Amino acid sequence: MTSAAMVLAGLGAYLPERIVTNDDLSQVMDTSDEWISSRTGIRQRHWAAEGQTSLHLAVEAGRQALKATADGITDVDAVVVATMTPDRRCPATAPEVAAALGLGTVPAFDVAAICSGFVYGAATAQGLIAAGTARRVLLIGSEVMSHVLYPTDRNTAVIFGDGAGAAVLRAGDADEPGAFGRFDLGADGEDSDLIRIDGGAGKIPPSPDRETGREDYMTMEGRAVYRRSIPTMAASSTTVLDSRGWTVDDVDVVIGHQANVRILDAVCNELGVDTARNFINLDKVGNTSAASVPIAMTHAHQQGFVSTGDRVLITAFGGGLTWGSTTLTWPELPAAEST
Amino acid sequence: MTLYDKIVEMLEDKFGVSSDEVTPESTFEDLDLDSLDLVEFSMALEDELGVGISDDEAAELKTVGGVATLLKEKGASV
Repeated sequence: MTSAAMVLAGLGAYLPERIVTNDDLSQVMDTSDEWISSRTGIRQRHWAAEGQTSLHLAVEAGRQALKATADGITDVDAVVVATMTPDRRCPATAPEVAAALGLGTVPAFDVAAICSGFVYGAATAQGLIAAGTARRVLLIGSEVMSHVLYPTDRNTAVIFGDGAGAAVLRAGDADEPGAFGRFDLGADGEDSDLIRIDGGAGKIPPSPDRETGREDYMTMEGRAVYRRSIPTMAASSTTVLDSRGWTVDDVDVVIGHQANVRILDAVCNELGVDTARNFINLDKVGNTSAASVPIAMTHAHQQGFVSTGDRVLITAFGGGLTWGSTTLTWPELPAAEST
Repeated sequence: MTLYDKIVEMLEDKFGVSSDEVTPESTFEDLDLDSLDLVEFSMALEDELGVGISDDEAAELKTVGGVATLLKEKGASV
Protein backbone atom coordinates (compact mmCIF):
# COMPACT_ATOMS: atom_id res chain seq x y z
CA MET A 1 0.00 0.00 0.00
CA THR A 2 1.30 3.44 -0.89
CA SER A 3 0.36 6.05 1.67
CA ALA A 4 -1.41 9.12 0.34
CA ALA A 5 0.20 12.54 0.08
CA MET A 6 -1.55 15.62 1.53
CA VAL A 7 -2.85 18.17 -0.96
CA LEU A 8 -4.16 21.70 -0.37
CA ALA A 9 -7.79 21.86 -1.54
CA GLY A 10 -9.17 25.12 -0.11
CA LEU A 11 -8.42 28.22 1.93
CA GLY A 12 -10.35 30.78 3.94
CA ALA A 13 -9.76 33.52 6.47
CA TYR A 14 -11.73 35.67 8.84
CA LEU A 15 -10.70 38.87 10.61
CA PRO A 16 -12.90 40.57 13.21
CA GLU A 17 -14.31 43.93 12.14
CA ARG A 18 -12.62 46.16 14.67
CA ILE A 19 -9.31 47.61 13.46
CA VAL A 20 -6.86 48.92 16.05
CA THR A 21 -4.16 51.18 14.64
CA ASN A 22 -0.76 51.98 16.13
CA ASP A 23 -2.06 55.47 16.87
CA ASP A 24 -4.96 53.95 18.82
CA LEU A 25 -2.45 52.04 20.96
CA SER A 26 -0.28 55.08 21.56
CA GLN A 27 -3.28 56.60 23.37
CA VAL A 28 -3.11 53.92 26.07
CA MET A 29 0.59 53.12 26.37
CA ASP A 30 4.01 54.64 25.87
CA THR A 31 4.50 53.89 22.18
CA SER A 32 4.09 55.43 18.74
CA ASP A 33 3.35 54.44 15.17
CA GLU A 34 7.02 55.02 14.35
CA TRP A 35 8.26 52.85 17.25
CA ILE A 36 5.95 49.95 16.41
CA SER A 37 6.26 50.02 12.64
CA SER A 38 10.05 50.42 12.56
CA ARG A 39 10.58 47.49 14.93
CA THR A 40 7.90 45.14 13.65
CA GLY A 41 6.42 46.36 10.35
CA ILE A 42 2.94 46.27 11.94
CA ARG A 43 0.61 49.24 11.26
CA GLN A 44 -2.71 47.86 12.46
CA ARG A 45 -4.35 44.68 13.73
CA HIS A 46 -7.90 43.41 14.18
CA TRP A 47 -9.29 42.75 17.65
CA ALA A 48 -12.37 40.71 18.39
CA ALA A 49 -15.57 42.30 19.63
CA GLU A 50 -16.67 41.65 23.19
CA GLY A 51 -17.99 38.10 23.43
CA GLN A 52 -16.34 37.03 20.18
CA THR A 53 -14.06 34.04 20.77
CA SER A 54 -11.71 31.71 18.89
CA LEU A 55 -14.72 29.45 18.25
CA HIS A 56 -16.55 32.19 16.34
CA LEU A 57 -13.52 33.16 14.30
CA ALA A 58 -12.69 29.51 13.53
CA VAL A 59 -16.22 28.79 12.33
CA GLU A 60 -16.17 31.79 9.97
CA ALA A 61 -12.76 30.89 8.49
CA GLY A 62 -13.70 27.21 8.28
CA ARG A 63 -16.93 28.02 6.46
CA GLN A 64 -15.05 30.16 3.92
CA ALA A 65 -12.52 27.38 3.25
CA LEU A 66 -15.20 24.67 2.86
CA LYS A 67 -17.11 26.87 0.39
CA ALA A 68 -14.00 27.50 -1.70
CA THR A 69 -12.54 24.05 -2.34
CA ALA A 70 -11.00 23.22 -5.69
CA ASP A 71 -13.13 20.07 -6.06
CA GLY A 72 -16.35 21.55 -4.67
CA ILE A 73 -16.56 18.98 -1.87
CA THR A 74 -17.87 20.63 1.29
CA ASP A 75 -17.45 17.97 3.93
CA VAL A 76 -14.42 16.64 5.78
CA ASP A 77 -13.77 13.71 8.07
CA ALA A 78 -11.58 15.37 10.70
CA VAL A 79 -11.25 18.85 12.22
CA VAL A 80 -8.05 20.14 13.80
CA VAL A 81 -7.87 23.55 15.46
CA ALA A 82 -4.52 25.16 16.31
CA THR A 83 -4.93 27.75 19.05
CA MET A 84 -3.32 29.10 22.21
CA THR A 85 -6.47 31.03 23.06
CA PRO A 86 -9.20 28.36 23.22
CA ASP A 87 -12.66 29.27 24.44
CA ARG A 88 -12.24 27.06 27.47
CA ARG A 89 -9.48 25.02 29.12
CA CYS A 90 -11.83 22.07 28.78
CA PRO A 91 -13.09 20.93 26.34
CA ALA A 92 -11.03 21.64 23.23
CA THR A 93 -12.44 24.14 20.71
CA ALA A 94 -12.40 21.85 17.64
CA PRO A 95 -15.43 19.67 18.54
CA GLU A 96 -17.60 22.78 18.90
CA VAL A 97 -16.26 24.15 15.60
CA ALA A 98 -17.15 20.87 13.87
CA ALA A 99 -20.64 20.91 15.36
CA ALA A 100 -21.21 24.55 14.43
CA LEU A 101 -20.18 23.80 10.84
CA GLY A 102 -22.62 20.90 10.67
CA LEU A 103 -19.86 18.34 10.17
CA GLY A 104 -21.47 15.72 12.40
CA THR A 105 -19.42 13.50 14.68
CA VAL A 106 -16.06 13.62 12.89
CA PRO A 107 -12.93 13.41 15.08
CA ALA A 108 -11.98 16.89 16.29
CA PHE A 109 -9.16 18.08 18.53
CA ASP A 110 -6.91 21.05 19.25
CA VAL A 111 -3.17 21.36 18.72
CA ALA A 112 -1.17 23.60 21.08
CA ALA A 113 2.08 24.73 19.47
CA ILE A 114 1.56 28.51 19.80
CA CYS A 115 2.76 30.41 16.70
CA SER A 116 3.88 27.14 15.07
CA GLY A 117 0.43 25.65 15.68
CA PHE A 118 -0.75 25.67 12.09
CA VAL A 119 2.42 23.98 10.82
CA TYR A 120 2.28 21.38 13.62
CA GLY A 121 -1.43 20.90 12.84
CA ALA A 122 -0.67 20.42 9.14
CA ALA A 123 1.98 17.80 9.98
CA THR A 124 -0.64 16.07 12.16
CA ALA A 125 -3.16 16.19 9.32
CA GLN A 126 -0.56 14.75 6.96
CA GLY A 127 -0.18 11.86 9.39
CA LEU A 128 -3.95 11.29 9.61
CA ILE A 129 -4.16 11.24 5.82
CA ALA A 130 -1.07 9.07 5.29
CA ALA A 131 -2.37 6.51 7.80
CA GLY A 132 -5.79 6.43 6.18
CA THR A 133 -7.55 7.69 9.34
CA ALA A 134 -8.95 10.63 7.37
CA ARG A 135 -9.26 11.47 3.68
CA ARG A 136 -10.06 15.16 4.19
CA VAL A 137 -9.09 17.36 7.10
CA LEU A 138 -10.25 20.88 7.96
CA LEU A 139 -7.33 22.58 9.71
CA ILE A 140 -7.98 25.95 11.31
CA GLY A 141 -5.66 28.33 13.13
CA SER A 142 -7.77 30.62 15.31
CA GLU A 143 -6.71 33.12 17.94
CA VAL A 144 -8.17 35.87 20.05
CA MET A 145 -4.84 37.13 21.32
CA SER A 146 -6.43 40.35 22.60
CA HIS A 147 -7.84 38.29 25.51
CA VAL A 148 -4.34 37.50 26.80
CA LEU A 149 -2.59 40.84 26.14
CA TYR A 150 -1.82 42.95 29.21
CA PRO A 151 -3.24 46.29 28.13
CA THR A 152 -0.14 48.42 28.70
CA ASP A 153 2.59 45.86 27.88
CA ARG A 154 4.23 47.18 24.76
CA ASN A 155 6.27 43.99 24.37
CA THR A 156 3.09 42.15 23.43
CA ALA A 157 0.09 44.46 23.12
CA VAL A 158 1.41 46.22 20.02
CA ILE A 159 2.29 43.00 18.23
CA PHE A 160 -0.60 40.58 18.38
CA GLY A 161 -3.89 40.55 16.53
CA ASP A 162 -6.98 38.36 16.35
CA GLY A 163 -8.10 36.27 13.40
CA ALA A 164 -8.55 32.83 11.93
CA GLY A 165 -7.37 31.05 8.82
CA ALA A 166 -8.42 27.66 7.52
CA ALA A 167 -7.23 25.08 5.02
CA VAL A 168 -8.98 22.04 3.60
CA LEU A 169 -6.41 19.28 3.17
CA ARG A 170 -7.17 16.10 1.23
CA ALA A 171 -5.54 12.82 0.29
CA GLY A 172 -3.85 12.91 -3.11
CA ASP A 173 -0.70 12.14 -5.04
CA ALA A 174 2.77 13.43 -4.19
CA ASP A 175 3.33 14.73 -7.72
CA GLU A 176 0.08 16.67 -8.17
CA PRO A 177 -0.17 20.44 -7.69
CA GLY A 178 -0.97 21.31 -4.06
CA ALA A 179 1.00 18.40 -2.62
CA PHE A 180 2.93 19.13 0.54
CA GLY A 181 6.44 17.82 1.02
CA ARG A 182 7.91 16.58 4.27
CA PHE A 183 7.65 18.62 7.41
CA ASP A 184 10.53 19.64 9.64
CA LEU A 185 9.37 20.20 13.22
CA GLY A 186 11.39 21.08 16.31
CA ALA A 187 11.02 22.23 19.89
CA ASP A 188 13.28 23.48 22.68
CA GLY A 189 11.73 23.46 26.14
CA GLU A 190 14.94 24.84 27.64
CA ASP A 191 13.63 28.22 26.47
CA SER A 192 10.01 27.63 27.44
CA ASP A 193 9.95 30.87 29.48
CA LEU A 194 10.54 33.15 26.50
CA ILE A 195 6.85 33.16 25.52
CA ARG A 196 4.42 32.27 28.29
CA ILE A 197 1.19 32.70 30.21
CA ASP A 198 1.81 31.36 33.71
CA GLY A 199 -1.55 31.79 35.38
CA GLY A 200 -4.69 29.69 35.41
CA ALA A 201 -3.10 26.29 34.84
CA GLY A 202 -0.98 23.89 36.90
CA LYS A 203 1.89 26.28 37.57
CA ILE A 204 -0.30 28.93 39.17
CA PRO A 205 -3.64 27.13 39.55
CA PRO A 206 -6.92 28.94 39.90
CA SER A 207 -7.83 29.47 43.51
CA PRO A 208 -10.85 31.07 45.18
CA ASP A 209 -8.37 33.42 46.89
CA ARG A 210 -6.41 34.45 43.80
CA GLU A 211 -7.41 37.45 41.77
CA THR A 212 -6.59 37.79 38.08
CA GLY A 213 -3.11 39.31 37.79
CA ARG A 214 -0.22 39.96 35.44
CA GLU A 215 0.54 36.22 35.39
CA ASP A 216 -2.74 35.55 33.59
CA TYR A 217 -1.53 37.54 30.60
CA MET A 218 1.10 36.84 28.03
CA THR A 219 4.78 37.63 28.60
CA MET A 220 7.32 37.61 25.79
CA GLU A 221 11.09 38.16 25.85
CA GLY A 222 11.13 39.79 22.45
CA ARG A 223 14.86 40.22 21.90
CA ALA A 224 15.67 36.63 22.87
CA VAL A 225 12.88 35.33 20.63
CA TYR A 226 14.19 37.46 17.78
CA ARG A 227 17.67 36.02 18.25
CA ARG A 228 16.51 32.39 18.32
CA SER A 229 13.96 32.67 15.52
CA ILE A 230 16.16 33.78 12.62
CA PRO A 231 18.78 30.98 12.51
CA THR A 232 16.21 28.37 13.58
CA MET A 233 13.71 29.20 10.84
CA ALA A 234 16.50 29.39 8.27
CA ALA A 235 17.89 25.98 9.26
CA SER A 236 14.43 24.39 9.32
CA SER A 237 13.68 25.88 5.89
CA THR A 238 16.92 24.48 4.50
CA THR A 239 15.98 21.02 5.80
CA VAL A 240 12.63 20.95 3.99
CA LEU A 241 14.06 22.42 0.79
CA ASP A 242 16.78 19.76 0.78
CA SER A 243 14.26 17.00 1.42
CA ARG A 244 12.26 18.12 -1.60
CA GLY A 245 15.30 18.56 -3.80
CA TRP A 246 14.70 22.29 -4.19
CA THR A 247 17.41 24.94 -4.06
CA VAL A 248 16.76 28.45 -2.76
CA ASP A 249 16.53 29.58 -6.39
CA ASP A 250 13.57 27.23 -6.87
CA VAL A 251 11.54 29.02 -4.18
CA ASP A 252 8.95 31.32 -5.78
CA VAL A 253 7.17 32.44 -2.62
CA VAL A 254 7.96 32.35 1.11
CA ILE A 255 4.99 32.36 3.47
CA GLY A 256 6.41 32.75 6.95
CA HIS A 257 4.77 33.21 10.31
CA GLN A 258 3.88 36.90 10.37
CA ALA A 259 5.66 37.86 13.58
CA ASN A 260 7.95 40.63 12.46
CA VAL A 261 8.95 41.81 9.00
CA ARG A 262 12.56 42.11 10.13
CA ILE A 263 12.63 38.45 11.18
CA LEU A 264 11.10 37.35 7.86
CA ASP A 265 13.54 39.45 5.84
CA ALA A 266 16.50 38.24 7.92
CA VAL A 267 15.44 34.60 7.36
CA CYS A 268 15.33 35.25 3.59
CA ASN A 269 18.72 36.95 3.70
CA GLU A 270 20.21 34.05 5.64
CA LEU A 271 18.77 31.57 3.14
CA GLY A 272 19.76 33.66 0.13
CA VAL A 273 16.17 34.13 -1.08
CA ASP A 274 15.19 37.52 -2.51
CA THR A 275 13.06 39.30 0.11
CA ALA A 276 10.70 40.35 -2.72
CA ARG A 277 9.43 36.74 -2.63
CA ASN A 278 8.48 37.10 1.02
CA PHE A 279 4.72 37.48 1.44
CA ILE A 280 3.91 40.11 4.08
CA ASN A 281 0.49 40.93 5.50
CA LEU A 282 1.48 41.64 9.10
CA ASP A 283 1.27 45.37 8.41
CA LYS A 284 -2.52 44.89 8.22
CA VAL A 285 -3.15 42.02 10.65
CA GLY A 286 -0.27 41.93 13.17
CA ASN A 287 0.93 38.64 14.62
CA THR A 288 -2.07 36.31 14.85
CA SER A 289 -0.09 33.39 16.30
CA ALA A 290 -1.42 30.04 15.00
CA ALA A 291 -3.78 31.85 12.61
CA SER A 292 -0.95 33.74 10.94
CA VAL A 293 0.20 31.22 8.31
CA PRO A 294 -3.27 30.26 6.97
CA ILE A 295 -4.39 33.91 6.90
CA ALA A 296 -1.20 34.75 5.01
CA MET A 297 -1.77 31.84 2.58
CA THR A 298 -5.32 33.07 1.95
CA HIS A 299 -4.27 36.69 1.45
CA ALA A 300 -1.32 35.71 -0.79
CA HIS A 301 -3.77 33.76 -2.95
CA GLN A 302 -6.38 36.54 -3.05
CA GLN A 303 -3.80 39.16 -3.94
CA GLY A 304 -2.25 37.03 -6.67
CA PHE A 305 1.10 37.06 -4.85
CA VAL A 306 1.19 33.30 -5.32
CA SER A 307 0.05 31.53 -8.51
CA THR A 308 -0.69 28.00 -9.62
CA GLY A 309 2.51 25.98 -9.91
CA ASP A 310 4.60 28.24 -7.66
CA ARG A 311 6.98 26.47 -5.30
CA VAL A 312 6.16 27.70 -1.82
CA LEU A 313 8.17 27.52 1.39
CA ILE A 314 6.25 27.77 4.68
CA THR A 315 8.07 28.36 7.97
CA ALA A 316 6.99 29.26 11.51
CA PHE A 317 8.50 29.78 14.96
CA GLY A 318 6.95 30.43 18.35
CA GLY A 319 6.43 29.66 22.01
CA GLY A 320 7.55 26.32 23.36
CA LEU A 321 9.89 27.02 21.80
CA THR A 322 8.48 25.33 18.72
CA TRP A 323 9.18 25.65 15.03
CA GLY A 324 8.26 23.98 11.79
CA SER A 325 8.57 24.25 8.03
CA THR A 326 7.21 22.59 4.94
CA THR A 327 6.93 23.02 1.18
CA LEU A 328 4.14 22.81 -1.35
CA THR A 329 3.48 23.48 -4.99
CA TRP A 330 0.60 25.90 -5.26
CA PRO A 331 -2.56 24.30 -6.67
CA GLU A 332 -5.29 25.85 -8.75
CA LEU A 333 -7.80 27.15 -6.22
CA PRO A 334 -11.05 29.08 -6.57
CA ALA A 335 -10.89 32.74 -5.56
CA ALA A 336 -10.81 32.47 -1.77
CA GLU A 337 -13.28 34.57 0.11
CA SER A 338 -12.53 36.31 3.33
CA THR A 339 -14.01 39.06 5.38
CA MET B 1 43.20 45.86 11.62
CA THR B 2 42.02 46.43 15.20
CA LEU B 3 38.83 45.07 16.73
CA TYR B 4 37.44 48.59 16.57
CA ASP B 5 38.15 48.82 12.81
CA LYS B 6 36.50 45.47 12.29
CA ILE B 7 33.38 46.62 14.15
CA VAL B 8 33.16 49.78 12.04
CA GLU B 9 33.60 47.74 8.87
CA MET B 10 30.78 45.41 9.92
CA LEU B 11 28.48 48.32 10.80
CA GLU B 12 29.15 49.68 7.34
CA ASP B 13 28.45 46.35 5.60
CA LYS B 14 25.43 45.32 7.58
CA PHE B 15 23.64 48.57 8.35
CA GLY B 16 24.97 50.98 5.74
CA VAL B 17 26.53 53.20 8.40
CA SER B 18 29.15 55.52 6.91
CA SER B 19 32.53 55.00 8.62
CA ASP B 20 33.05 58.79 8.70
CA GLU B 21 30.13 59.11 11.11
CA VAL B 22 31.52 56.62 13.60
CA THR B 23 33.73 57.38 16.60
CA PRO B 24 34.35 55.16 19.64
CA GLU B 25 31.92 57.38 21.54
CA SER B 26 29.13 57.01 18.95
CA THR B 27 26.04 55.53 20.52
CA PHE B 28 23.87 53.09 18.59
CA GLU B 29 21.08 55.60 18.93
CA ASP B 30 23.29 58.17 17.14
CA LEU B 31 23.72 55.64 14.32
CA ASP B 32 19.96 54.97 14.15
CA LEU B 33 20.32 51.38 15.33
CA ASP B 34 17.57 50.08 17.62
CA SER B 35 17.49 47.17 20.07
CA LEU B 36 16.70 44.60 17.37
CA ASP B 37 19.55 45.89 15.18
CA LEU B 38 21.82 45.33 18.18
CA VAL B 39 20.59 41.75 18.49
CA GLU B 40 21.36 41.19 14.81
CA PHE B 41 24.70 42.93 15.12
CA SER B 42 25.71 40.80 18.10
CA MET B 43 24.73 37.67 16.14
CA ALA B 44 26.91 38.84 13.24
CA LEU B 45 29.81 39.48 15.62
CA GLU B 46 29.39 35.97 17.04
CA ASP B 47 29.54 34.48 13.55
CA GLU B 48 32.45 36.59 12.41
CA LEU B 49 34.63 36.53 15.52
CA GLY B 50 33.63 33.24 17.13
CA VAL B 51 32.72 34.67 20.55
CA GLY B 52 29.47 34.26 22.48
CA ILE B 53 27.45 37.40 23.29
CA SER B 54 24.40 36.87 25.49
CA ASP B 55 21.16 38.70 24.96
CA ASP B 56 21.69 40.58 28.23
CA GLU B 57 25.20 41.63 27.18
CA ALA B 58 23.86 42.82 23.82
CA ALA B 59 21.18 44.85 25.58
CA GLU B 60 23.86 46.59 27.70
CA LEU B 61 25.87 47.76 24.71
CA LYS B 62 25.62 51.51 24.26
CA THR B 63 28.59 52.69 22.19
CA VAL B 64 30.82 51.36 19.43
CA GLY B 65 33.84 51.61 21.75
CA GLY B 66 31.88 49.57 24.32
CA VAL B 67 31.53 46.72 21.83
CA ALA B 68 35.29 46.72 21.24
CA THR B 69 35.89 46.56 25.01
CA LEU B 70 33.45 43.67 25.45
CA LEU B 71 34.99 41.73 22.57
CA LYS B 72 38.49 42.30 23.94
CA GLU B 73 37.39 40.97 27.37
CA LYS B 74 36.10 37.89 25.60
CA GLY B 75 39.45 37.35 23.91
CA ALA B 76 38.26 38.07 20.40
CA SER B 77 40.84 38.99 17.79
CA VAL B 78 40.79 39.86 14.10
